[in-house]
Amino acid sequence: MSKNADYWAANLRVVAICMVIWFVVSFGFGIILVEPLNNIRLGGFKLGFWFAQQGSIYVFVALIFFYANRMGKLDRDHGVEE
Amino acid sequence: MELQTLTYIVVGFTFLIYVGIAIWARAGSTKEFYVAGGGVHPVANGMATAADWMSAASFISMAGLIAFMGYGGSVFLMGWTGGYVLLAMLLAPYLRKFGKFTVPEFIGDRYYSKAARIVAVLCLIIASVTYVIGQMKGIGVAFSRFLEVDYDVGLTIGMAIVFFYAVMGGMKGITYTQIAQYCVLILAYTIPAIFISLNLTGNPIPQLGLGSTMAGTDVFLLDKLDQVVRELGFAEYTTSARLSLTNMFMYTMSLMIGTAGLPHVIIRFFTVPKVKDARSSAGWALVFIAILYTTAPSVAAMARLNLMNTMEPTSGDYLVYEERPDWVRNWERTGLLEFTDKDGDGRIRYSADASVNEVTKVDNDIMVLANPEIAGLPNWVIALVAAGGLAAALSTAAGLLLAISSAISHDLLKGVFKPNISEKQELLASRLAMAGAIAAAGYLGYNPPDFAAGTVALAFGLAASSIFPALMLGIFSKGMNKQGAIAGMLAGIGVTLLYVFQHKGIMFVASTAYLGDMPANWFFGIEPNAFGAVGAMVNFAVAFTVSSMTAAPPEHIQHLVEDIRVPIGAGTAAADH
Repeated sequence: MSKNADYWAANLRVVAICMVIWFVVSFGFGIILVEPLNNIRLGGFKLGFWFAQQGSIYVFVALIFFYANRMGKLDRDHGVEE
Repeated sequence: MELQTLTYIVVGFTFLIYVGIAIWARAGSTKEFYVAGGGVHPVANGMATAADWMSAASFISMAGLIAFMGYGGSVFLMGWTGGYVLLAMLLAPYLRKFGKFTVPEFIGDRYYSKAARIVAVLCLIIASVTYVIGQMKGIGVAFSRFLEVDYDVGLTIGMAIVFFYAVMGGMKGITYTQIAQYCVLILAYTIPAIFISLNLTGNPIPQLGLGSTMAGTDVFLLDKLDQVVRELGFAEYTTSARLSLTNMFMYTMSLMIGTAGLPHVIIRFFTVPKVKDARSSAGWALVFIAILYTTAPSVAAMARLNLMNTMEPTSGDYLVYEERPDWVRNWERTGLLEFTDKDGDGRIRYSADASVNEVTKVDNDIMVLANPEIAGLPNWVIALVAAGGLAAALSTAAGLLLAISSAISHDLLKGVFKPNISEKQELLASRLAMAGAIAAAGYLGYNPPDFAAGTVALAFGLAASSIFPALMLGIFSKGMNKQGAIAGMLAGIGVTLLYVFQHKGIMFVASTAYLGDMPANWFFGIEPNAFGAVGAMVNFAVAFTVSSMTAAPPEHIQHLVEDIRVPIGAGTAAADH
């Protein structure tokens, strides 16, 4: 059982890291910090606006694949793979 | 060729494909009917999930909303995609491991309580029915606008098609049809966007075009747009928040949690073979959704700019009414675009000041539908947009109807009233439930209740405040017991309904709004549509409080939770310990 408890703790760490990034790019950059970030330009975009309308979505996609990949590795390392 | 004939050919062809798939993918068992046999490839499931998720609202209305809200419209973009991160990490893999057919079934088993299962069925049915009414309306409107048949006739044709493939094939038929529908809708959305982006900026990729300079100048498109809307007195496009940043925060959060808690999306992850497939499949679903959702802001800004340029061709010089372009004439006929020449000068003055503004009505939906005409694209592209709108509405309606019918046949009939029915009887019951659900949704489509417009927000509010917290606690809190979960769900729904009803009226009858729909009365300035996140917080708080005062769940439930947390041994649910 403690083997599974280790696995669960490692799982929670991966999820926590991903959730922090999820929060920062959308609620952080896209809403809370949008005004200061809008002073920075990314080509024709104001940076805060870009995160709110495009950037956060790209990060979400990358985040899920990162999560799936890390969890696949955890499954193998802890011998709980199907 | 005539536009009308072309549209009939393109739409007819897509319908033939859907029917062909239905005949090929008949369901022979309850497992095939509820979860497509559990053998759908994760990429294929991702594509089906994307079509299931993107409704007539995403396809037709969203870009138009953003076009008029500017930065404030970001709540839809972030909210309706960020929910997939929650789904992938907090729910999908564990529910797949649990290995059953429906969402209420998990809640009933995890909280060892038929009452919890029935509460979950009720939340699911209310959320899904309110959602399906909108799809039915979308089907009727798309038919009547593009094929010039009556709304009722269009709705009947749409229902007949859904009936055919959903009743015959269940989840199996729906899955493969949704894959075809995704291809149709994404082509229909991106092709006009590519041409418009090329037109305005010379960049064929709309996502990049939005950040590029206007063709032949060194002025950025978004700067130009900010400038023209400001000149007419509108709020600056790239910075206009929706009410306040607090409200945007809560709105985005509600849409994210609601997305992750919507049953018709969750059940799609029961169809993949393994836990690891459920994780990657959520990623693929978001890839396919993101193709449309990152194109939408470009469509929005470019359509707004095109509209402004049409109304005010050169600065300070408004459009002469008699010289208006054909697309303006076409949409004027539908009543979705209206002008009133208030000062009688024969020009259409467009202004943020309502007393002098002569563009008295611009329906949001025009923005996507009129795009191909504004860009002067050939008729086959317009026909494709019609087929795309129908594909979006049909695929979402089918997914919702499956969630409703499986809750009735599997959770209520087999789970509560008649546990002993054979598989064959249950399969028949699920087909009958599907037929009944289609008939009921059709009836509501023919006679949309007055409150239909406000109800999609309610669907998200319910999913966010009841279903999502119950599922998440069931996985992440081993000590959560049935008293806590049931009290949490009821408190979450209760608070959300109370807030929505007190500002919008009981069942959306405006005269019964006892606190008035006024921003001054809103809790921290949060609009009713954005209240689901508060409901979810109430749910979590009540669940923990009640659970800490009552007995811990029995040991076999704690083992069940430990079991769903590890992937090994999927398919053999531990509920039978």
